Amino acid sequence: MLKLTQLSKRFGGLSVLQDVNFEVPAGSVFGLIGPNGAGKTTVFNLITGLLAPSGGGIEFDGRSLVGVAPHQITRRGLGRTFQNIRIFKEMSLLENVVVGMHAHLGYGVPALLFALPGFRAQEQRARAKAHELLSWVGLDHKADDIADNLSYGDQRKLELARALATEPRLLLLDEPVAGMNSGEKVELMALVRKIAERGYTIFMIEHDMRFVMGLCQRIAVLNFGRIIAEGTPDEIKNNADVIEAYLGREDDDQAASGGRP
Amino acid sequence: MLEQQLVNALSLGCVYALFALGFTLVFGVLGVINLSHGAIFMIGAYAALQVVTKLAFPLWASLLAAFVVAGAFGFAIDLLVLRPLRKRNAPHLIPMIATIGLAIAFNNASQGLFGAENLRFPSGVVPDTQLHFAGVQISVLELAIVLLSFALMAGLLFVMRRTQLGRALRAIAESPKAASLLGINVEGLFYLTSTCAAALGGVAGVLIALYSNAVFPLMGQPMLHKGIAVIILGGMGDIRGALIGGLFLGFAEVMSVAYIGSTMRDAVAFGLLFLVLLVRPQGMFGKVLERKA
Amino acid sequence: MEWFDNFWSVYSNLVLTIGINALLALSIWLTLSCGLLAMANAAFMGIGAYTASLLTMNAGAPFPVALAGGIVAPTLVALLIGGPTLRLSGVYLAMATLGFGEVVRVLILNAESLTGGALGLNGIPQSTQWWHVVLALVLVLLILWRLRRSRIGRAFEAIKEDGIAASLMGIGVMAHKMLAFALGAAIAGLAGALNAHLTFFIGPSEFGFDRGVDILTMAILGGTAGLTGPVLGALIITLLPELLRAFKDFRTMMNGAILVLIVLFLPKGLWDPLRFKQWFARAPRKPDSMPGKAA
Repeated sequence: MLKLTQLSKRFGGLSVLQDVNFEVPAGSVFGLIGPNGAGKTTVFNLITGLLAPSGGGIEFDGRSLVGVAPHQITRRGLGRTFQNIRIFKEMSLLENVVVGMHAHLGYGVPALLFALPGFRAQEQRARAKAHELLSWVGLDHKADDIADNLSYGDQRKLELARALATEPRLLLLDEPVAGMNSGEKVELMALVRKIAERGYTIFMIEHDMRFVMGLCQRIAVLNFGRIIAEGTPDEIKNNADVIEAYLGREDDDQAASGGRP
Repeated sequence: MLEQQLVNALSLGCVYALFALGFTLVFGVLGVINLSHGAIFMIGAYAALQVVTKLAFPLWASLLAAFVVAGAFGFAIDLLVLRPLRKRNAPHLIPMIATIGLAIAFNNASQGLFGAENLRFPSGVVPDTQLHFAGVQISVLELAIVLLSFALMAGLLFVMRRTQLGRALRAIAESPKAASLLGINVEGLFYLTSTCAAALGGVAGVLIALYSNAVFPLMGQPMLHKGIAVIILGGMGDIRGALIGGLFLGFAEVMSVAYIGSTMRDAVAFGLLFLVLLVRPQGMFGKVLERKA
Repeated sequence: MEWFDNFWSVYSNLVLTIGINALLALSIWLTLSCGLLAMANAAFMGIGAYTASLLTMNAGAPFPVALAGGIVAPTLVALLIGGPTLRLSGVYLAMATLGFGEVVRVLILNAESLTGGALGLNGIPQSTQWWHVVLALVLVLLILWRLRRSRIGRAFEAIKEDGIAASLMGIGVMAHKMLAFALGAAIAGLAGALNAHLTFFIGPSEFGFDRGVDILTMAILGGTAGLTGPVLGALIITLLPELLRAFKDFRTMMNGAILVLIVLFLPKGLWDPLRFKQWFARAPRKPDSMPGKAA
C-alpha cells in the first residue's frame, strides 16, 4: 500500500535519511523502530508532506505523494497522530473529532448559509459518528469536556479517534503509547488490535518493544538514517545488527568475556 | 552628486540603525515586538528639549537626560506591563498589542502636556558649522551623530560578542528556559535589555530632533514604521541586521528623494518591507525556521 | 414620538457610526478567528471608501452599485496580496499587513488627480440611511454566525490552534486563510463605503495606522470568543469619546490606556462566555469536580 523507494533527506549538509526502502502491505500492522534520533519521525513527516524529500520516492496505492500538499495527502486516505500530542486544546473532545471529518462533509456555502436540510443531515451524521469514535476509545462520556483537561493518556486516545475520523485507509501512529503507564498501554494495544481487525492498515513508530512485537506483523529498523533490518518480529529480535544498534558497540574485552544474550 | 548623497545618507542611516537596535534587542532577547519604542524615542527627544530649555543645560547633558529618562520608561514598561504578561505565558502577539496601547497613551499624553506644535531647540544650542573635505559637505551635527551612533553601536557589539553579559543575552535569545537552567538571571537581564533598548531609542530621538530641529508628539510613529522595516530587512533579532538595515534604509530614502521625489519617501520603507517579506521573510541575517511536526 | 425625533436628529450619526464600527470590528474578528493578526482592514476600508465615493461622484453610479464597488475592490486586492502574504505567520504577518496599510495610504496620498491627495474627497452624497447600516450589519452577522456553525468555522478554529495539525485533518489551510482574509476585506470595504456616504468627506489619514489600531482595540476589548464581543467593543469604543468628554485632550490617551488595561487584566475581553460560566457556576452551588479551564 505504501512504498518508500530510496528515500533520502538532507538538512543543509546533514544527512538525516539515506536510501530508505521498504513497503507497508495493505491490511498489515507495520512497525518502524530504532534508537532515538534515527530519523523515524522524519520519515512520517516526509510521507505526510510536511517535508519534501531530498531524493527518492513515496508511493501510496501506486500514486506518488511527493509534492502533494498535506491536506491532499490526508484526503487520499492517510491519517496521523503525533509524537508530541497535537490535539486542539481549546475545543471539546467532540469538536476535535468532528474537525477530523472536515473533508468528508460535502456541503457547500449556500447549504451552510441557509441551513438547508443537506447541511443539517450531514452535521448530525458527523456528530453521531464522532460520538461513536469517542466511545470506541472509551471517551464518549467526556465528549463535551475541553480537550486540555484530559489526562495525558486520554489525550493520546483522543488523537487516535480524531485520526480515525479522517476515514483513513492507512493510519500513521507516531509513538502512540509514549508516556503512558502500563495499564493504559495494555488498553491501547487492544484498541489498535481492534482497529487493525477492522481492515485499517497501521504503520507505527514506537519505542516500547512489547507493544511493537505484540502488534506488528513486520518491522523495519532505522539507525542513523538507514534501514538496517526488516522482517518479522522474531527475525528482528534476533538480528545482530539491531541488537548492536540499540546496545552500542561493546568492547572486545567484554565480548571476549561472553556478555551478550 | 553621489558622494554628497552618501554622506547625507550616512547620518540618517545611523539614527535609523540606532533606533532599530533597541527594537531588535527587545525582540531578540524578550521575544516581544515593542511598538511603544517610537513613543520612547519621542520621550527621549522631549526630555532633552526640557533639559535644554527649562534647565539651560548644555547639549551633551540633554543627551544624557534622554538616555536616562527613556531608559527609566523602558524599565517601567517592562516591570508593569511586559513582566506580568511574561508570567502569564501570554502568546507573543498579546504583549505587542499592549505596547500599541502604551504608544497611544504616551503619544497623546505628550500632546496634552506639550501641545501638538513643532517645538524647536533654542538657537545657538545646535551647532551649524559645516565642514568640507574631499569635496563633500558635512555639518558638525551630522558628524557628531555619526560618531556617537557608531560609538554606541560598537559598544553594544563589543558587549554582545566579547563579554559574559553578551553571551548570557545570546543564550537567552536562543532559549530562555535553557539559559535559566544554566544559572543565568533571566528576569534581571530582561529588565536590563528593556532599559538599555529604551535608552538607545531615547538617544536616537534626540539625534533626530537635532537633525531636523523638530520635536512633536507624534514624531515616534513614522520612526516606528521605519524601525519595523529595518528589522525586517536586516532580520529580526539580529544586531548586524539592524545596523546594516538602518544604513541601507537611510541610503534608499536619500536616493529616492534625490531621484524620484520626496513624497514617496515614506513609501520606500514600506515598499522595501513588503518586498523583503515576500521574497525572503527572514531578512538578511534572520534565521529560517523549517516546519516540523 | 417627539423625543425620538429629537434624539435622532442629534445622535443619528453616532448610532450609525456604531453600526459601521461594528462591521469593522467583525471584519477583524473574522481574521482573528482564523489565527491571523492582519492589520490591513483599515486600508481595505479606505479602498472601499474611495472606490464607492469615486463611483458616485465621478461615474454618477447609483448607491447600490457604489456599495458593490466598495465591496469588490478591496476583496480583489486581498485576493491579490493574500497569496504571498498569508504564507507568513504571527508577527511577520502583522508587520506585512501594517506595511501594506502604509503603502496604500501613501498611494492614496500621491494619486492626487484621482483621490484628491492629502485634501481628500469632499462632497460625497450622503446616501447612507439607517436601514442600510442595519441591513448590512444583520447580513454580516448572519453570514458569520452560519460560518461559525459549519465546517468552515471549525476549520478556522483548528487553523488558529495548530495549522499543521489542521492540514493533516484534510483542511486546506491556505484556502481557508484566504477566505477569512478576503471576506474580512469585503466587510471592511462595505463599512468604508457606508461611512464615506455618511460623513461626506474622506481623507487618507483616516485609514492609516490609527484606524487600524482602533479596529483592533474594539475587537480585543469586546472579546473574541464570539460575535457579541466585537459589537460590544464597537459600541464602547465609539461611545467612549462622548463619555470621556471630561478628559478633553486626553481622550485618545484613554483609548490607549484602556487597551493596556484590558490586555493585562481581561485578556479575553469583556464578553467572555467562559468567565460568565464560572461566575454563575460559583454562585448557586459548589463547582463541579471538573470545572472548565480558568479564563
